[in-house]
Amino acid sequence: MYFGRVVGSVWATVKNPAMTGCRMLVVQPLTPGLENTGKRLICTDCTGAGAGELVYWVRGKEASFPFLPDEPPVDTTVVGIVDEVHVKRLLPAPVEVPVAAKTPAPVHRKASRKS
Amino acid sequence: MILARVVGTVVATRKDPRLEGKKLLILKPVSPDGKDESGYVVSVDTVGSGIGERVIAVSGSSARMAEGCKDTPVDNAIIGIVDEVHLD
Repeated sequence: MYFGRVVGSVWATVKNPAMTGCRMLVVQPLTPGLENTGKRLICTDCTGAGAGELVYWVRGKEASFPFLPDEPPVDTTVVGIVDEVHVKRLLPAPVEVPVAAKTPAPVHRKASRKS
Repeated sequence: MILARVVGTVVATRKDPRLEGKKLLILKPVSPDGKDESGYVVSVDTVGSGIGERVIAVSGSSARMAEGCKDTPVDNAIIGIVDEVHLD
Protein backbone atom coordinates (compact mmCIF):
# COMPACT_ATOMS: atom_id res chain seq x y z
CA MET A 1 0.00 0.00 0.00
CA TYR A 2 1.22 3.47 -0.83
CA PHE A 3 0.45 7.06 0.10
CA GLY A 4 -1.06 9.36 -2.49
CA ARG A 5 -2.83 12.64 -2.99
CA VAL A 6 -5.96 12.95 -5.15
CA VAL A 7 -5.21 15.55 -7.80
CA GLY A 8 -7.99 15.02 -10.32
CA SER A 9 -10.57 12.70 -11.82
CA VAL A 10 -11.19 10.85 -15.09
CA TRP A 11 -14.40 10.30 -17.02
CA ALA A 12 -14.83 7.43 -19.46
CA THR A 13 -18.13 6.45 -21.04
CA VAL A 14 -16.85 3.51 -23.06
CA LYS A 15 -15.36 1.11 -20.54
CA ASN A 16 -15.40 -2.45 -19.36
CA PRO A 17 -18.96 -3.32 -18.23
CA ALA A 18 -17.64 -4.51 -14.86
CA MET A 19 -16.42 -0.97 -14.18
CA THR A 20 -19.80 0.70 -14.51
CA GLY A 21 -20.24 3.05 -11.58
CA CYS A 22 -16.56 2.99 -10.58
CA ARG A 23 -15.12 6.43 -9.85
CA MET A 24 -11.66 7.02 -11.27
CA LEU A 25 -9.22 9.44 -9.68
CA VAL A 26 -5.86 10.86 -10.71
CA VAL A 27 -3.47 10.14 -7.82
CA GLN A 28 0.00 11.53 -7.21
CA PRO A 29 2.10 9.00 -5.22
CA LEU A 30 3.78 10.41 -2.10
CA THR A 31 6.64 9.44 0.20
CA PRO A 32 5.97 8.95 3.94
CA GLY A 33 7.30 12.51 4.26
CA LEU A 34 4.42 13.51 1.92
CA GLU A 35 6.65 14.66 -0.92
CA ASN A 36 5.70 13.84 -4.52
CA THR A 37 7.36 10.75 -5.94
CA GLY A 38 6.86 9.01 -9.28
CA LYS A 39 4.31 9.50 -12.04
CA ARG A 40 0.64 10.29 -11.49
CA LEU A 41 -1.68 7.35 -12.10
CA ILE A 42 -5.36 6.50 -12.41
CA CYS A 43 -6.98 4.71 -9.46
CA THR A 44 -10.51 3.45 -8.99
CA ASP A 45 -12.05 4.53 -5.70
CA CYS A 46 -14.02 2.60 -3.10
CA THR A 47 -13.91 5.24 -0.36
CA GLY A 48 -15.45 8.39 -1.81
CA ALA A 49 -12.20 10.36 -1.65
CA GLY A 50 -12.22 13.81 -3.18
CA ALA A 51 -9.88 16.42 -4.57
CA GLY A 52 -6.79 17.18 -2.49
CA GLU A 53 -7.34 14.36 -0.01
CA LEU A 54 -4.50 12.28 1.37
CA VAL A 55 -5.25 8.61 0.69
CA TYR A 56 -3.63 5.22 0.53
CA TRP A 57 -3.94 2.94 -2.43
CA VAL A 58 -3.09 -0.65 -3.40
CA ARG A 59 -1.50 -2.01 -6.53
CA GLY A 60 -1.99 -5.36 -8.25
CA LYS A 61 -4.80 -7.86 -8.41
CA GLU A 62 -5.76 -6.97 -4.82
CA ALA A 63 -7.03 -3.66 -6.20
CA SER A 64 -10.17 -5.41 -7.45
CA PHE A 65 -10.99 -7.05 -4.09
CA PRO A 66 -12.97 -4.09 -2.66
CA PHE A 67 -15.49 -4.59 -5.48
CA LEU A 68 -16.13 -8.29 -4.82
CA PRO A 69 -18.12 -10.25 -5.95
CA ASP A 70 -17.57 -8.15 -9.10
CA GLU A 71 -14.12 -8.49 -10.59
CA PRO A 72 -13.41 -5.27 -12.47
CA PRO A 73 -10.10 -5.23 -14.39
CA VAL A 74 -8.35 -2.65 -12.23
CA ASP A 75 -4.79 -2.64 -10.87
CA THR A 76 -4.79 0.41 -8.59
CA THR A 77 -7.52 1.34 -6.11
CA VAL A 78 -7.83 3.96 -3.38
CA VAL A 79 -8.74 1.92 -0.28
CA GLY A 80 -8.51 4.46 2.53
CA ILE A 81 -8.53 8.14 3.43
CA VAL A 82 -5.69 9.14 5.76
CA ASP A 83 -6.54 11.06 8.93
CA GLU A 84 -3.08 11.36 10.44
CA VAL A 85 0.46 10.27 9.73
CA HIS A 86 3.14 9.89 12.35
CA VAL A 87 6.63 9.31 11.01
CA LYS A 88 9.63 9.20 13.29
CA ARG A 89 12.01 11.83 12.04
CA LEU A 90 14.11 10.22 9.31
CA LEU A 91 17.83 10.51 9.80
CA PRO A 92 19.66 12.04 6.86
CA ALA A 93 21.48 9.58 4.63
CA PRO A 94 25.18 9.18 5.52
CA VAL A 95 27.37 11.52 3.51
CA GLU A 96 29.92 9.70 1.41
CA VAL A 97 33.34 11.26 1.42
CA PRO A 98 34.89 11.18 -2.06
CA VAL A 99 38.06 9.14 -2.14
CA ALA A 100 40.16 11.99 -3.51
CA ALA A 101 39.08 14.29 -0.72
CA LYS A 102 40.28 11.98 1.99
CA THR A 103 43.29 13.23 3.86
CA PRO A 104 46.47 11.60 2.58
CA ALA A 105 47.94 8.85 4.68
CA PRO A 106 50.48 10.22 7.11
CA VAL A 107 54.00 10.00 5.79
CA HIS A 108 56.22 8.10 8.11
CA ARG A 109 59.29 10.07 8.69
CA LYS A 110 62.53 8.40 9.29
CA ALA A 111 63.50 7.99 12.87
CA SER A 112 64.96 11.18 14.19
CA ARG A 113 68.55 11.54 13.17
CA LYS A 114 71.22 11.34 15.66
CA SER A 115 72.64 14.72 16.29
CA MET B 1 -3.82 2.04 -14.34
CA ILE B 2 -2.23 4.53 -16.66
CA LEU B 3 -3.41 7.02 -19.22
CA ALA B 4 -2.08 6.35 -22.70
CA ARG B 5 -2.53 7.39 -26.31
CA VAL B 6 -3.01 4.80 -29.06
CA VAL B 7 -0.21 5.31 -31.59
CA GLY B 8 -0.23 2.14 -33.67
CA THR B 9 -1.29 -1.42 -34.26
CA VAL B 10 0.51 -4.75 -34.10
CA VAL B 11 -0.11 -7.65 -36.46
CA ALA B 12 1.13 -11.09 -35.40
CA THR B 13 0.34 -14.29 -37.27
CA ARG B 14 2.29 -16.72 -35.13
CA LYS B 15 1.03 -16.30 -31.60
CA ASP B 16 -0.50 -18.12 -28.70
CA PRO B 17 -3.84 -19.61 -29.88
CA ARG B 18 -5.61 -17.88 -26.99
CA LEU B 19 -4.63 -14.51 -28.48
CA GLU B 20 -6.42 -15.20 -31.75
CA GLY B 21 -8.98 -12.53 -32.61
CA LYS B 22 -7.55 -10.05 -30.12
CA LYS B 23 -6.69 -6.57 -31.33
CA LEU B 24 -3.17 -5.52 -30.33
CA LEU B 25 -2.37 -1.82 -30.12
CA ILE B 26 0.77 0.19 -29.38
CA LEU B 27 0.30 2.67 -26.55
CA LYS B 28 2.35 5.69 -25.58
CA PRO B 29 1.86 6.53 -21.90
CA VAL B 30 0.80 10.15 -21.31
CA SER B 31 0.58 12.26 -18.17
CA PRO B 32 -2.84 13.56 -17.02
CA ASP B 33 -1.98 16.96 -18.53
CA GLY B 34 -1.37 15.35 -21.91
CA LYS B 35 2.42 15.22 -22.14
CA ASP B 36 4.07 12.09 -23.50
CA GLU B 37 5.94 9.91 -21.04
CA SER B 38 8.77 7.50 -21.72
CA GLY B 39 8.39 4.09 -23.32
CA TYR B 40 5.75 2.20 -25.27
CA VAL B 41 3.54 -0.77 -24.43
CA VAL B 42 1.68 -3.32 -26.50
CA SER B 43 -1.83 -3.78 -25.16
CA VAL B 44 -4.89 -5.91 -25.92
CA ASP B 45 -7.95 -3.83 -26.80
CA THR B 46 -11.23 -4.82 -25.10
CA VAL B 47 -13.31 -1.70 -25.81
CA GLY B 48 -12.84 -1.00 -29.51
CA SER B 49 -10.48 1.97 -29.32
CA GLY B 50 -8.60 3.39 -32.30
CA ILE B 51 -5.48 5.31 -33.23
CA GLY B 52 -5.17 8.73 -31.59
CA GLU B 53 -7.62 8.01 -28.77
CA ARG B 54 -6.73 8.52 -25.14
CA VAL B 55 -7.38 5.35 -23.18
CA ILE B 56 -7.02 3.76 -19.75
CA ALA B 57 -4.71 0.74 -19.67
CA VAL B 58 -4.43 -1.78 -16.88
CA SER B 59 -1.32 -3.91 -16.33
CA GLY B 60 -0.38 -7.08 -14.53
CA SER B 61 -2.68 -9.95 -13.62
CA SER B 62 -5.63 -7.53 -13.49
CA ALA B 63 -5.45 -7.34 -17.29
CA ARG B 64 -6.67 -10.93 -17.43
CA MET B 65 -9.90 -9.88 -15.74
CA ALA B 66 -10.78 -7.67 -18.71
CA GLU B 67 -13.57 -8.90 -20.95
CA GLY B 68 -12.52 -11.87 -23.05
CA CYS B 69 -9.04 -12.06 -21.53
CA LYS B 70 -9.71 -14.74 -18.93
CA ASP B 71 -6.91 -17.33 -18.88
CA THR B 72 -5.08 -15.66 -21.75
CA PRO B 73 -1.37 -14.76 -21.73
CA VAL B 74 -2.00 -11.01 -21.43
CA ASP B 75 -0.44 -8.49 -19.03
CA ASN B 76 -1.73 -5.23 -20.45
CA ALA B 77 -5.26 -4.41 -21.55
CA ILE B 78 -7.20 -1.31 -22.61
CA ILE B 79 -10.32 -1.11 -20.44
CA GLY B 80 -11.71 2.35 -21.17
CA ILE B 81 -11.72 5.30 -23.56
CA VAL B 82 -11.19 8.62 -21.79
CA ASP B 83 -13.77 11.37 -22.30
CA GLU B 84 -12.28 13.92 -19.96
CA VAL B 85 -9.54 14.33 -17.38
CA HIS B 86 -10.21 16.94 -14.72
CA LEU B 87 -7.22 18.22 -12.75
CA ASP B 88 -7.82 20.22 -9.59
